[in-house]
Amino acid sequence: MSFISYLINGVSLGSVYAIIALGYTMVYGIAKMLNFAHGDVIMVGGFVVFTIVSSLGLPPVLGIVAAVAICTVLGMIIERVAYKPLRNAASPLAVLITAIGVSYLLQNIALLLFGANTKSFTSIVSIPPLKLAEGKLMISGETIVTIISGIIIMVCLTLFVNRTKAGQAMLAVSEDKGAAQLMGINVNGTIALTFAIGSALAAVAGMLLCSSYPSLTPYTGAMPGIKAFVAAVFGGIGSIPGAMIGGILLGIIEILGKAYISSQMADAIVFAVLIIVLLVKPAGILGKNIQEKV
Amino acid sequence: MDKTNSKFKLSKTTKSNLITYLIVIIAYLTVQLLLAGGHMSSLMEGLLVPLCIYVILAVSLNLTVGILGELSLGHAGFMCVGAFSGAFFSKCTQGSMPDMLRFLLALIIGAVVAGVFGILIGIPVLRLKGDYLAIVTLAFGEIIKNLVNVLYIGRDSDGFHFSMKDSISLHLKEDGEVLVNGAQGITGTPHDSSFTIGVLLILLALFIILNLIHSRDGRAIMAIRDNRIAAESVGINITKYKLMAFSISAAIAGVGGVLYAHNLSTLTAQPKNFGYNMSIMILVYVVLGGIGNIRGSIIAAVLLTLLPELLRGLSDYRMLIYAVVLIAMMLLNWSPKAIEWKERFRETYFSGRKTGKSETAQVSQTGKGVK
Repeated sequence: MSFISYLINGVSLGSVYAIIALGYTMVYGIAKMLNFAHGDVIMVGGFVVFTIVSSLGLPPVLGIVAAVAICTVLGMIIERVAYKPLRNAASPLAVLITAIGVSYLLQNIALLLFGANTKSFTSIVSIPPLKLAEGKLMISGETIVTIISGIIIMVCLTLFVNRTKAGQAMLAVSEDKGAAQLMGINVNGTIALTFAIGSALAAVAGMLLCSSYPSLTPYTGAMPGIKAFVAAVFGGIGSIPGAMIGGILLGIIEILGKAYISSQMADAIVFAVLIIVLLVKPAGILGKNIQEKV
Repeated sequence: MDKTNSKFKLSKTTKSNLITYLIVIIAYLTVQLLLAGGHMSSLMEGLLVPLCIYVILAVSLNLTVGILGELSLGHAGFMCVGAFSGAFFSKCTQGSMPDMLRFLLALIIGAVVAGVFGILIGIPVLRLKGDYLAIVTLAFGEIIKNLVNVLYIGRDSDGFHFSMKDSISLHLKEDGEVLVNGAQGITGTPHDSSFTIGVLLILLALFIILNLIHSRDGRAIMAIRDNRIAAESVGINITKYKLMAFSISAAIAGVGGVLYAHNLSTLTAQPKNFGYNMSIMILVYVVLGGIGNIRGSIIAAVLLTLLPELLRGLSDYRMLIYAVVLIAMMLLNWSPKAIEWKERFRETYFSGRKTGKSETAQVSQTGKGVK
């Protein structure tokens, strides 16, 4: 029985990773950059909900809307100010280092505003836990909501990318920026839209993460952010279904590793998975192998 | 930067290297004078060894980022490896040999172990490029930190005992002692580090790196940075040179770690000292000093360590300032628009000859930075 409950917890954590990884993978697919600050947008989302719901005592719905709105705008501002000027820079590392700087900036602004103390986040989920098998197996409301919202987001995103004009534009830009521009696609607009969607997803992920693991510090987002990147690489970076599979698998690996191997080593296990994946199949589970041409 | 002195016909690079050594030596002498005159507060005195450590780390990271052109975010991991292996050695052999000899051996062991880790990590990892390499080195740093936190080593009359669980499962005898105690780390490392040793190590690190850069091997490494495919097609062994740069960089970071370990009585692996943040801080030094510019790394490391201490009131904002500096430096130096704007500014306000000169001087110094 405990194995099944670990598995469910793993899927729940994995859904959060998958939602974060979707943001990573979309941005990577289109802007060809590793958005290090993505994890910290999660933290911003968490703090917005915390401020509105716990400090101001307003209804959670308002907190959710505000967090998504603020993170979306934040994502677009970051893209416009820090990443766009470097899009055609001589070195791809320039924008990576800038992204690290933005990540640091967000963490330290949060540190100044909210302090280093751990805030206890009140869960925004008010669904009672589900009891199965005569109470032996208990699934918390947060887990249910996380898994369901994960599924909804994945379905919606897949539909959006494949069925709408804006989604098709995203695919085109990720395939070939120059050709897309010649076809009359607004490349800058599409990239901004991708950042907006990615950041909105990060806000949702932040709320779900903080509801399940209710401690909030300025560094809350950093580790899940990096792990979600591992998930995105695991599934094949740039691939939306890959991010989902990678995220859920990574969540399961982490929870099972914590339960059966060593709780202190859970992070090491996750990172070891990344290294093994990159060595065995550098393109990830669903990624395409691209040959380098001279 | 001005014309070569006709009396001493030194090549441009030798001269530039000598200036770098001289800066370090002059800084050392100044500090010694201040210490002798009693003008140094105890706070500043306590900062001297960390300063040397940061300089060593910044210089060694610059070898990977600036000369090899690969972004490593796991530099603190190599420092951690060096620190723990060096401290472990010192703890084991304390009292059985003269202090100076033991410390020297500890330094060598730290460097070798970190270098070996550099090779071990480097062989698989250097096949990757850019972002992937960055994230894998980051992962490596975190794994090392995690592993060290669950490592228990004890010693009794039977020999060494290892465990990954806790100190009780070491099953030590009565006379045994726990040397590495998991998350509590190593306690009671002899206090061997001093400012003089730190400066000597800085000079040694500079000597190794500057000579490497201007050697045949160094030019091969820079050729790989500038164009991997072109370098490969002229017969440069990519893996060999990448590994060379990476492992030397790791070994020097290991020396920094040993220095760090012997400056504290308790050595623990925490996010603060060996985590991702430390790696980023070193990266900030490298970026601020100029990617590929060794002298710049030294100056940036010293300035960024001293400034927050001198301006006590700003200490809350220290990390915030680092972040802003990092972003601003990257935007100003790498954004195509900013580069264009800077050139136009130069053309309008300075005469052509002056700009030409300073530019060539800079290019010969910094190379092209990351590619």
